[in-house]
Amino acid sequence: MNGITLILGLVTLAGALASVALRNLVHCALGLMVAFAGLAGLYLSLGAQFVGLVQVLVYIGAVGIVFIFAILLTRGGGSESGSLFSTSWAVGGGIALAVTGVMAAALLQSPSLDRGSVRAAGPTVRQVGESLMADYVIPLEVMALLLTAAAIGAIIVAMPEKGDPGAPPQPPPG
Amino acid sequence: MLAFLQSLLQMVWKTVTDQPSPKSLFLSHVPEEWRPLVSAFLSVLPIVMVFPMLFALTTVVERKGLGRIQNRPGPNRVGPAGFLQFAADGIKAIIKEDVVPRAADRVVHFIAPLVLVVPVLLSYSVLPFGRNLVPIDLDTGLLFFFAVGAVTELAVFMAGWSSRNKYSLLGATRAIAQMISYEIPLILSALTVVMVVGTLSLPAIAEAQGPAPGGWLCRWHFFTPWGFAGFWLFLVAACAEANRSPFDLPEGESEIIAGYYLEYSGFKFALFFLGEYLGLFAASGLGITLFLGGWHAPFAFLEGWIPGWVWFLGKLVALILLFIWVRGTLPRVRMDQLMNFAWKFMLPLTLVNMLGAGLWHFLTNPIARWGLPAVLIGGAYVVLGRGLMPRSRVGPRVYRYAD
Amino acid sequence: MNELSFFLLLSTLLFGIGLAGVLVRRNAILVLVSVELMLNAANLNFIAFWRHGAGGESAGLMFVLFSIAVAAAEAAVGLALVIAVYRRFRTAHLDRVDTLKG
Repeated sequence: MNGITLILGLVTLAGALASVALRNLVHCALGLMVAFAGLAGLYLSLGAQFVGLVQVLVYIGAVGIVFIFAILLTRGGGSESGSLFSTSWAVGGGIALAVTGVMAAALLQSPSLDRGSVRAAGPTVRQVGESLMADYVIPLEVMALLLTAAAIGAIIVAMPEKGDPGAPPQPPPG
Repeated sequence: MLAFLQSLLQMVWKTVTDQPSPKSLFLSHVPEEWRPLVSAFLSVLPIVMVFPMLFALTTVVERKGLGRIQNRPGPNRVGPAGFLQFAADGIKAIIKEDVVPRAADRVVHFIAPLVLVVPVLLSYSVLPFGRNLVPIDLDTGLLFFFAVGAVTELAVFMAGWSSRNKYSLLGATRAIAQMISYEIPLILSALTVVMVVGTLSLPAIAEAQGPAPGGWLCRWHFFTPWGFAGFWLFLVAACAEANRSPFDLPEGESEIIAGYYLEYSGFKFALFFLGEYLGLFAASGLGITLFLGGWHAPFAFLEGWIPGWVWFLGKLVALILLFIWVRGTLPRVRMDQLMNFAWKFMLPLTLVNMLGAGLWHFLTNPIARWGLPAVLIGGAYVVLGRGLMPRSRVGPRVYRYAD
Repeated sequence: MNELSFFLLLSTLLFGIGLAGVLVRRNAILVLVSVELMLNAANLNFIAFWRHGAGGESAGLMFVLFSIAVAAAEAAVGLALVIAVYRRFRTAHLDRVDTLKG
């Protein structure tokens, strides 16, 4: 752990906090991007080069943009009016605080975390590719199927139905 | 002191003549703790100097070239034949007032140009400019390039949204839709090279396109059926990715004024302009590395005595001139044509092209190796191209009432 | 504090922020944002343990790669659902989508 890792961790936490606490939804999405970028930096600093770059490509380049489009499509581009938080916010916040506290306490007391060995460098791209194509080929194929199903499903779910109030007006007959 | 200067000159000489490890001798004169910093500085400095200069010259050449195409002189007042126009433009951009709309989101509005330019400059760090001239030889170079390029979409959205202007937002959404649609053919056409060469490292890809032992022609991927198709697909996708004409809908002046950077003025506008052109140069450089042999000469007898960076820069300038020519020639496409072209033509054709690259990789008989991918890709081109034709048949005009 | 426990603590905090967001925010999109944060916290754990020698040569990396792909699919479907809900109820606030309450 060095200074850069500490800074990246703080940036990640700040982005995460901004993404759940801000009033403006687009600012929340941008905070999420900061958190993703910080995580990508952490992966790179941990020697997982391939995963770090995939994180940038998929999360910032695709997932983040999808979030932004969803915000714009639900007219959330401005600031939220009224209360930010749901009526049961006290209970929810209490649960979150309790869970985090228990996990952190357990973590700090755990004796088994003192692993000395640190991997020198991550596997090369060739090794990643070979293990994807040999050991993990069935998960890979399942993932391809899942992504196809998700893409088709998302299009069908988001397609306007006929009776919807939001459906485009039907052209008058004749 | 003399030794220091000597090592500096030797570094420049080694860089210019393509010799390995140009920096090592010079770095040995630098104190131990400064070495990483100096080394990084020496890698970054040429990029930051050469490519913005190339951008400045390109703006002049583009305006003069477009002028010629449109039968007018173009800029011809500042400097010899108007070639110092970029200096006048730069000074104007710097001393202009920086206007920020009152309703704008000031922080996001300020950050957006930086988010555009910094990743574009980062993407140069993996391109091999010459035989031993690559800033970082990353094992995952190609993935790095595309990952960094994906951040551009975010910058465009930030600029369009934070301006609080409906034209900016429309331009930004158009730009993002276009970039996402054309990123897929861009990456898939680059993947063919990865399939055949078997590495993501860009210097290794450039290395693999050197002259064949005993042959007179270099093994550029452009000279194979899948590489030929892949290069043009890549170039079209890169053109759309950089919002260049004929894919410049995000900034269509006649509809949405200037798109996402409408509310930017002064130096921030110049940064957007710079980022767009640098992105185009980086994509062209990647296309050169992937398909046009990188720093290799086209013929074996030219290899070696002309330095690699000359070939790289020459190819880059040729591609820039091609882009200017295309901009002066083709009209802007419509939004539906843009999307149809991406999803119904480019995407299937890149998939067929990947199949062709696979066949090329595994077939050994030269006739089958050349013929099968060529027939496959050519057939797909014809079939998909016919699918793009307008459905309604245009026949001779029928006058219903005037007869 | 050694490196591994630093990363685990970081990912715990990230998970906690995500969990709080899921339980507390009204807007459905922000709930999905918080779910993404929780998934990312888990990914950070995988990478940290992989770095410190758990799970063979590349098992941790593979898990994270698949997790990223699943998260992308989840985001696409989840946001499509939010858009469908918005189209019917004209709101993306979870406490106003309550027609099952009777």
